Amino acid sequence: MSAGLLYALAGAALFALGVAGLILRAHPLRKILAFNVMGSGAFLVLVGLGQRDGTADPVPQAMVLTGIVVAIAATALALALARRLLEHGNEREETDA
Amino acid sequence: MLDPLPWLILLPLLWATLAFVRGPGRGGRLAMAGLLLQLALAGGLAGQVAGEGARVYAVGGWGAPLGIDLAVDGLSAVMLLLAQAVALPLAVYARAYYAAHDDGARYFWPLTGTLLAAMNALFLAADVFNLYVTLELLGLAAVGLVASSGGAGPVTAALRYLLATLLGSGAYLFGVALLYGAYGSVSLTELAPLLGADAPLAVFLAAALMLLGLMLKTALFPFHFWLPPAHGGAPAPVSALLSALVVKASFYLILRLWLDLFAPLTSVAAAQFLGLLGAAAILWGSLMALAQTRLKMLVAYSTVAQIGYLFLLFPLATHTGALAASGALQGGVMQALSHGLAKAAMFTAAGTVILSLGRDDIARLGGVSSRLPLTLFTFALAGVTLLGLPPSGGFTAKWLLMSSALHSGQWGWVAVMILGGLLATAYVFKVLRQAFLPVEAGTKFKPVPRMLEWPAFLLALASLLLGLRAGEVLSLLGAG
Repeated sequence: MSAGLLYALAGAALFALGVAGLILRAHPLRKILAFNVMGSGAFLVLVGLGQRDGTADPVPQAMVLTGIVVAIAATALALALARRLLEHGNEREETDA
Repeated sequence: MLDPLPWLILLPLLWATLAFVRGPGRGGRLAMAGLLLQLALAGGLAGQVAGEGARVYAVGGWGAPLGIDLAVDGLSAVMLLLAQAVALPLAVYARAYYAAHDDGARYFWPLTGTLLAAMNALFLAADVFNLYVTLELLGLAAVGLVASSGGAGPVTAALRYLLATLLGSGAYLFGVALLYGAYGSVSLTELAPLLGADAPLAVFLAAALMLLGLMLKTALFPFHFWLPPAHGGAPAPVSALLSALVVKASFYLILRLWLDLFAPLTSVAAAQFLGLLGAAAILWGSLMALAQTRLKMLVAYSTVAQIGYLFLLFPLATHTGALAASGALQGGVMQALSHGLAKAAMFTAAGTVILSLGRDDIARLGGVSSRLPLTLFTFALAGVTLLGLPPSGGFTAKWLLMSSALHSGQWGWVAVMILGGLLATAYVFKVLRQAFLPVEAGTKFKPVPRMLEWPAFLLALASLLLGLRAGEVLSLLGAG
């Protein structure tokens, strides 16, 4: 088994773990972390399968860099929303008390 | 002369950035000027494609694979025209809406500009990875808009929408990775001849993951759970933008993948499965719309139902013969166009009613017919398209889909469409009936500016008249 395929299989496992976490976990923070695990899995598959005869192919690496930027933006937005949600929750508890 | 291909992406980015720099809530006039230019460019582009066929543009003179190619054909020209034609009246409406009701106006213009840039880029993208990037940008801008009014409800809906859309694009990206691993390319034109029925299992897995991810983003039943709270809870201009355009963008991508890239892999069974999900969406969405007590939630569930019609084209267009297939494609695209125009009209009309009445209960709409006649007329005209009565675009769409079903001998889908039409009649009349009741004692109608009522009316009128101009639209669709 080549190293590339090994990376790809690990990536597929990470992706599956991430999807399971994103669907099954209830807490927003856990869901956001699960999304990052999922994204890393997809990137690993992209780089792992992209290797031809042991040499790295630069095109998937450029794509993964773009993908990481997108994932950071998405994570930041999700964290901002989760924080806003938490603030709303606290406000409600205070008015209840 | 501006080349429409790059400028349809650059212009909205430009006015979005300027609006952001000018500060919260500013930049509406600039956006309208930009949108007017975009509409002219999209119209010019449609003329070019109708005359000369499809073409490719290499951004900055660098061709693929080093640079990024943009490509336009009949389908993308039609979708671009729809996006600009819906966005311009919505911008006029949004300016009046946020002037009357300062709820989440802060970043409306920058987010809308980004959203339109991402959507236009998606319609023009020529490779599966750029499609991923544009999908993500579109999703992030849409989530920002849902959260813009900032209450606990919209923020919850936005977070749920964001996680659903990230899961969808994650599945899509995994599919892209498998495709690149199998063929070493992401270009749609390079990949298409490489794919055959003898493709490795990984490619079938890629196709399934990409389509599933996109179905989640299109809110096809049973993946529609995120749509009603997100679309129903957002401010009216945002709901209109999302329901009319954003779900169509991921549908466009499903259509393109199914018809072009994955055509050799498609099977009748898979197509029938998509059709069944579409039929379930029509029935479930309509029944849920009928059960709603709040006006905007009714309109949002109606979107779930109308999305179902789009997916009926797959069983009609897959391995059924040229006549039925072309009719199904035309019907599906007409449905996307007419629903885009009608749903934008319906959400904006609902927003006007809510602004004037200050509440959202369907049971307490009495007097709308006498106090807001134009807005109610708009709602009813948009309803005519959803029901599929002639001469509306919805009629042409459903007619094309039905005759395609008859040509291919699939009677079941005809029954679903007729039942869906009856249910749509029921939920549209549920609203109209209440609106014609006398004014409830103690109800005050706030006067609304004309700029709220007329853009909505124009959108509804366009959805109605689309049926009369169907020939031009369909010939553009067939061009290249």
